Amino acid sequence: MTLDAILQALIGGVLIGAGAATLILFNGTVAGISGITANLVEGRSGAGGWRIAFLMGLIAPALLLGLPGVDVTGSLPMLAVSGLLVGAGARVGSGCTSGHGVCGLANLSRRSLAATMVFMATAMLTIQIVRHGVPT
Amino acid sequence: MKFLSALVAGLLFGSGLLVSGMVNPAVVLSFLDVSGAWNPALAFVMVGAIAMAAPAYFFIRRRGPSRTSEALLRLASDRVDLRMITGAAIFGTGWGLAGICPGPGLVLLTGASVHAVVFVTSMVAGMLLAPLLLRRARGIDVRSAPTRATD
Repeated sequence: MTLDAILQALIGGVLIGAGAATLILFNGTVAGISGITANLVEGRSGAGGWRIAFLMGLIAPALLLGLPGVDVTGSLPMLAVSGLLVGAGARVGSGCTSGHGVCGLANLSRRSLAATMVFMATAMLTIQIVRHGVPT
Repeated sequence: MKFLSALVAGLLFGSGLLVSGMVNPAVVLSFLDVSGAWNPALAFVMVGAIAMAAPAYFFIRRRGPSRTSEALLRLASDRVDLRMITGAAIFGTGWGLAGICPGPGLVLLTGASVHAVVFVTSMVAGMLLAPLLLRRARGIDVRSAPTRATD
């Protein structure tokens, strides 16, 4: 990994962290994207306006700049299974990469540390099996 | 005001996903696949994000009692339980399959590919199905889970 690539990853991370910081400072809310999305589609608690504003902001940069070099590959059935597991798992586990992995860890939560370690480990195991097969 | 700050937060978050390359499933998978051509970018993204967000969380927690600070302290001290571990394992399995988590999934919709639409539609279906299944199986309401500090 080049120094440029490391800097780019760090700067991108700082922007993500700045978004999370803005939401906790000014809205008193954790920037958990699965929670925000799920609460919105469940139509909970009336006050959905800020959630729509956040999600619009989230996709706006990609709408304006496009997604150069980004390609979603894989079969549609695999993506459907993946999506189902991601959505259900985030709900059952009370958070996803943003909620546990960024906000929870920034909040020094043991629960989020455990969740992050578990989803990292299971994701690594899954891609290991998909790409390299089951070790014999 | 709440709309404006949420919009700004979303813009920052979405820009970060683009700049960091985390919207690209190939970049995420190259981190998760430790025995392939390993790319540690995701680790640096998390370091940058946590380093930036942690002072804000620290400030809110120390500023004095408020609904938000109490909720954050409660979230930080909540016990690790089986339901959360199970959910994280289900989530990780899905994440490892395609390299897409909820934030990047939503951003990928802007590319209007069938692939992204199938992923996000299934993800939303999973979100809606999970509470129903859990409640039926164990009498637990997943929606009471502390997914956010306050509302």
